[in-house]
This record gives sequence, C-alpha cells and structure tokens, in this order.
Amino acid sequence: MESALIIEKFLLITIVLVVSLVVAMYMTLVERRFAAFFQDRLGPNRAGPFGILQPLADGVKLFTKEEILPENANKLLFIMGPSLAMFTATISSAVIPWGRDLVFGDKVISLQVADINVGLLYIFGVVSLGVYGMMVGGWASNNKYSLLGTIRAASQSISYEIAMGMAIIALLMVTGTLSMRGIVDGQGSTLYGLKGTEGLGWNVFYQPVAFLIYLICMFAECNRTPFDLPECESELVAGYHTEHSSMKLGFYLFAEYINMFVSSAVISALFFGGYNFPGQEALANAGVASYWITLIGVGAFFCKIAFFLFFFVWVRWTIPRFRYDQLMRLGWNMLVPLAIANIGITGVVMYLTGHIN
Amino acid sequence: MTITQSLFYFLAFVAIFSSLLVVTAKNPIHSVLYLILTFFTLTGEYILLNAQFIGIVNIIVYAGAIMVLFLFVIMLLNLNVESEPQKTNLMKFIGIITGGIGLVVLTAALKSTDPSNTVVIQEVDMGLVKNLGQVLFKEFLLPFEIVSILFLSAMVGAVLLARKETK
Repeated sequence: MESALIIEKFLLITIVLVVSLVVAMYMTLVERRFAAFFQDRLGPNRAGPFGILQPLADGVKLFTKEEILPENANKLLFIMGPSLAMFTATISSAVIPWGRDLVFGDKVISLQVADINVGLLYIFGVVSLGVYGMMVGGWASNNKYSLLGTIRAASQSISYEIAMGMAIIALLMVTGTLSMRGIVDGQGSTLYGLKGTEGLGWNVFYQPVAFLIYLICMFAECNRTPFDLPECESELVAGYHTEHSSMKLGFYLFAEYINMFVSSAVISALFFGGYNFPGQEALANAGVASYWITLIGVGAFFCKIAFFLFFFVWVRWTIPRFRYDQLMRLGWNMLVPLAIANIGITGVVMYLTGHIN
Repeated sequence: MTITQSLFYFLAFVAIFSSLLVVTAKNPIHSVLYLILTFFTLTGEYILLNAQFIGIVNIIVYAGAIMVLFLFVIMLLNLNVESEPQKTNLMKFIGIITGGIGLVVLTAALKSTDPSNTVVIQEVDMGLVKNLGQVLFKEFLLPFEIVSILFLSAMVGAVLLARKETK
C-alpha cells in the first residue's frame, strides 16, 4: 500500500512537472504570436506548421550557446541564481488541486500532490521565496545594472506581497479554510443561493475587490509588464540577468513562464472555482460516471488557466511599463489601504448577514 | 532509528552547521544565505512536530520577508576588504567580555529549566492552524492584541521616520 501510494504520487509529480514545463515552453511561442498579432505582424511561423517547433529551436539555441562566466562574478552564486529561480517556480504546484478524486471502481486516485492544511500559506511562502533567484543571481553578476535590477526586484516583491496577503485574508474570511482543496470544494455550491447556479459559487463573485488586488499583485510577483522593472530593457539593459548567458538566461526566462502558469492555476483555483463548472450537478444527477465529471472538471480548470495565461500576454502587449515611483505609489498608497478596507467591509457584511457571531 | 528520528538528526545537524557558518563566513552575503538555510531547517523541525502553521509562517516571515530585506541592505554595502575598519584591541576585549557574559547567562538559564515532556506530543493536532487560532484568540487574546499594537506603533514610527520633510 505504502509503495503504491509513493508510485502514484511520483507519477503525479512527474506529470505536473512535465505539463508545467511544456506549457511554459509553448507559452513563449504563444506570447510571440500574440505579440505579433497585437502589433500587426506575423510572428515566428517558419519552424514547423504555424511555428510549433519554434520552442524546440529556441531550446537548442540556448543550450548550444557559449557559457560565459564573468571574470569578477561570484561563480557559485552566479550559477545558483537561475537554479533557485527554477526551483521556486516549480515547487509551488505541489498543493494545487488539479481535479476531484478519480474513482475507478474502488480505486481512488487523488489529483493533488499534497493536501496540506496550510496549502494557501505554502503558496504564499513559495511566492515570497521567488525573489531569491533574481537577487542572488543579480548580485553575483558584479554588474551595476544587475544590482539595480536586483534591488528593484526585492523592493517590488516585498511591497506587493503585503497587499497580496491582505487580499487573501479577506478571501479566507469567506472560505474559512487554508486548504486549497477545501477552498475549491467550497466554490462548488450555488451562487448567492440562486437555483440552477450549482458549480458557479466562485469566490470572484463574493470577493471581487480581493480578486482585483490579487490579480495586480500576481503580475507584480511574476515580474510581468507593467511591473517588469527588474529587467526593464530601456533603463537597465536586461536588469538582473544582464550577465547571464546560454541556458542560465534560459532558466530565468523559463522560470518566468512557469511562474505565470502556476499563478494562473492558483488564481483560477482561489477565485474562479478551480475544477468546478456550471452543470456538474446536472451531469451527476443524469448518472454520468464520476471519472468523466472529474475529467471534464480538469478540462474546465485548464480552460481557466489558459484564459489567465492569455490575459498575461494581453496585458503585456497593451499596457506600458510603470515608472518606479508610480509602482510604489500604487502598491503602498492604493492597494494596501484598499485591501485593509476590504477586510473591514467583509467582516461587517459577514456579521450583518449572520455568517459570524 | 525511525524515519522521524533520522530526519530530526539530519535537520539538527544542518541547522547547527549552517548557523556556525553564518558566524564564520567571510562574505556577509554568504552569511545571510546560510541564515536562510538555517530557517529552512527550523521549518523542517516544526513540521516534524506537526506544527505546520508555525513552520510555513517561519518561511513567509523570516526567509521570505526579513531576510530579503537583510540581503537588500547588505547588497548595497561596499564590500571591499580594504575598506572594512580594523577593530582595536580594546574593542575586541570588550567584545569577548560581553559575549562571555551572554554565554554564562544562557548556560545558567538552560541549566535551571526542567527537561520537558516534549518527546511525545500530547495532542497530535495541537499545531494545526485551527487549534492555534482558538488558543490565540481565546486564551491569549489580550497579549495577542497588545503585541499587535506594539507592531502597529513600530510601523507608524518607521513611516514617520521615512517621511519626506515638508517645509
């Protein structure tokens, strides 16, 4: 039994890892194709049909490029930077519930690597560690531009984590649990108790302000435009990864796309019902086998993730980069007070509607 | 030895080893990174005690926020070896005495404590977030709120110090 469980978890971890790597790989292509679309160009379309071999070509290019270790860099930390970035990007997928339990007869397979009862805090912890990859690698480069990028990354991530945490507190007041599985399951009920809305009781309808704050902070934590000041090309060359070459640069870029994928999964699970979809009750009542409902749920979850990935790209090619003081003012003077007010209002509303006594 | 025991010894060894390296490392950045490693091993120890909440909060607060600020400040220092001021003999002497007194106090405090019954946790679910919340907001409500006010005053003070002078 023990070894069967270990094999099952090992398989699940491998699948999740491979899926996030493949999604990250193809996100680079999707990003460039959409960028081309927004700018009225064609984009990469030569490698294979519609350019689907482009990520492979990029990978080969990055692997075979010359490795350059700067003379005065701190060698160990210089290499540790990209590795840390990849590490922190991949481990947060451990607590995301990808679907309901798969039931085949009496065999139950859980589609979540670890259902720990502080799942949400675990994600928050990993997100706060994400900045170390940039900081360590950028400082070790011994380059002024890298150092400036590093400093921006650190102050930006610290500033936006506060608003992010406060947005999550308001969410927790509604859900009443820290377990990711518990939060997603709680969204399977009806919306405001209306009939026929089973599977649509998503937290975004209960906590729209928290969702907005979380969305903005998510962009800031992933270092995506309009918050990509750590690697701001027009001011800092390439910011923290100016000195990194070959696959070390590749890992930094790759980690960013994995972060995007994982954050999209997290925000879909927290606010958009995860694997819940409207009509799941009706399907269950109609006698459809439970594993089909589970699989459709997984499909629904991935559709939501795909939407948020598209949203990342959409915003990147639409909104220009913030100036640094604007970034700080948005974080501290607008998002933090808004999040605190949201906590207070949530408490009052919950008290008035009799959810807490 | 059970898995839990061997994990404990491994984590304890790494914790002590890396905290020694924090003190002995020449480069301050290395010191900070070893300190982060120490926090991780401590989180491991908390999780062995089934105190998941404390373990994760330890990562979020110490490794995720405080150490980032430490790194932030140390990165801005000019780390040339020549520019580091040499301590005088008097300073070294004072340092040794202060450290020695601290050691004596710690040893005395450790000797007077009774060996507690922590090897077997009485209630397994004691460290889970629900039970911790019940204890914090029921039994220790007043101290908890006082600590919050302390933090709030520290925050207000920091904001006041960092404010721009308006003429």
